[in-house]
Amino acid sequence: MSEQSIHQEDRQTKLLVSSSPHILSNDSTRKIMWTVIIALVPAIVFAIYYFGLPAFQTLAIGGISAVVFEVIVQKIRRKPITVSDGSALLCGLLLAMCLPPQVPVYLPIVGSFLAIVVAKHAMGGLGQNIFNPAHIGRAALMVSWPVAMTSWTKMQSVVDTVTTATPLNILKMQGYEALIDTFGSQTEMYKALFFGLRNGSIGETSAFLLLIGGVFLIYKRYIDWVAPVCMIATVGILTWLFGGSNGIGSGDPLFHMMAGGLIIGAFFMITDYVTTPITRKGKIIFAVGAGTITVIIRLIGGYPEGVCYSILLMNCVTPLIDRFIQPGQYGRK
Amino acid sequence: MQFWKIFSKGLILENPILVLALSLCPALAVTSSVATALTMGATVTFVITCNNVVVSIVRKWINPKVRVPVYIISIATIVTIASLVLQAFLPLLYKDLGIYLELVVVFAIILARAEVFAAKNSVVRSFLDGFGMGCGFIIAMLIIGVIRELLGNGSILGFDILGANYPAALIMVLPPGAFILIGYLVALFRLIVKKWEKRQKVREEALS
Repeated sequence: MSEQSIHQEDRQTKLLVSSSPHILSNDSTRKIMWTVIIALVPAIVFAIYYFGLPAFQTLAIGGISAVVFEVIVQKIRRKPITVSDGSALLCGLLLAMCLPPQVPVYLPIVGSFLAIVVAKHAMGGLGQNIFNPAHIGRAALMVSWPVAMTSWTKMQSVVDTVTTATPLNILKMQGYEALIDTFGSQTEMYKALFFGLRNGSIGETSAFLLLIGGVFLIYKRYIDWVAPVCMIATVGILTWLFGGSNGIGSGDPLFHMMAGGLIIGAFFMITDYVTTPITRKGKIIFAVGAGTITVIIRLIGGYPEGVCYSILLMNCVTPLIDRFIQPGQYGRK
Repeated sequence: MQFWKIFSKGLILENPILVLALSLCPALAVTSSVATALTMGATVTFVITCNNVVVSIVRKWINPKVRVPVYIISIATIVTIASLVLQAFLPLLYKDLGIYLELVVVFAIILARAEVFAAKNSVVRSFLDGFGMGCGFIIAMLIIGVIRELLGNGSILGFDILGANYPAALIMVLPPGAFILIGYLVALFRLIVKKWEKRQKVREEALS
């Protein structure tokens, strides 16, 4: 990806010698990153409308501080400053979308620092990082300030169906019946989850709007559809089988597929070019693994939500997957 | 000049924790506050220096086949002395260090210095080597301990530095913070050592 951007910039000025494949494409890092940001816009706009000023503040601080840290680090490393390619902004926005709307100001700043400086540039910059920077930021914040990261204060929102805990939290603490009771009925709950009229992190509210963004990216061919579909399907099947209290097959797959950060994780995190496998087979393994770990954490683990940790754990084994799923050489049987 | 070299190599260029990556267990386990980190550093310095001297004295009378048991007995004796002293005079810190004090017996760095250096060198040189390594150990423990206690608790040696309103980052006093911090410190030291070696090379080339 970054190589392609070099192609773009140097084509006019230099004779570029590079290894095969010699494919010229119009996609550059800049174009892809800004397209992903555009794909996030519907969900961001809705979150600001729904959660109000605190969400806007968190998103703005997250995005801006990520860009500032990127500039500072690239200045220190004496590298060309590439903030205009949008990767730092995207990283900061994704991080902010993993946070509750009403967090203290320092959380998105520290999170952006961890994401940009510790997780990305210390590993060598864009294209070299092992872990998804935004999720590293969120995981570290979760361990550092567990109270601030899980305080779901009642929102002053335009719609009055907001509960004080996230749906997954209610499920973990009080069980499925209590969950249905909070929303009124099962269909009401599905509606709330799908359109995002419920409490949660900024970016995990509206499944519908995130899906629009995701489908747009798939249509533009910037992400492969197998990864999100595999991850969401894995979560659905496993929660249907093991999620219920009345034996096998009594779980509620629809709830688990729409709740929490699964949709944003499946469409925007595990489709990251840098930290996930290159081949399609590898992507399937990655997605199924991430889905399985998510379900294990949700059903058995101590945290109500496991998308972030599952993706980070699978990031660890990405090089391993890439090594074992090497495509055969052309002509080899 | 040569004595200074033996002493100083343990400080940065062959720092036991951050460059040799030996004895990471205490660096992870007892660095959540500066006080425990310092006590552990001092204990290890004492043990490593005494043990180097003992091994160096007896090195010519010991059959090489039984040298490791002899080292272990020597180390265990010195550690027992150190832990009894701590128990008598600093009972609170002794309690904080807990099992890790007894674990000093099996720290890789102590056995490594006995085997690599003290078994082949004179008493004075072995003493300097052990003391230098111990000081390097203290430096590393101090760096890790100060960063962890400052960020994770807002204080140094128990004195409040950042004020009561400082939102402490819990991760720094928990094990993951130690792992991450040591990883990045090792990378930083690697950078320093590399730069130093490069400069040394340039100097040597200029001389020749």
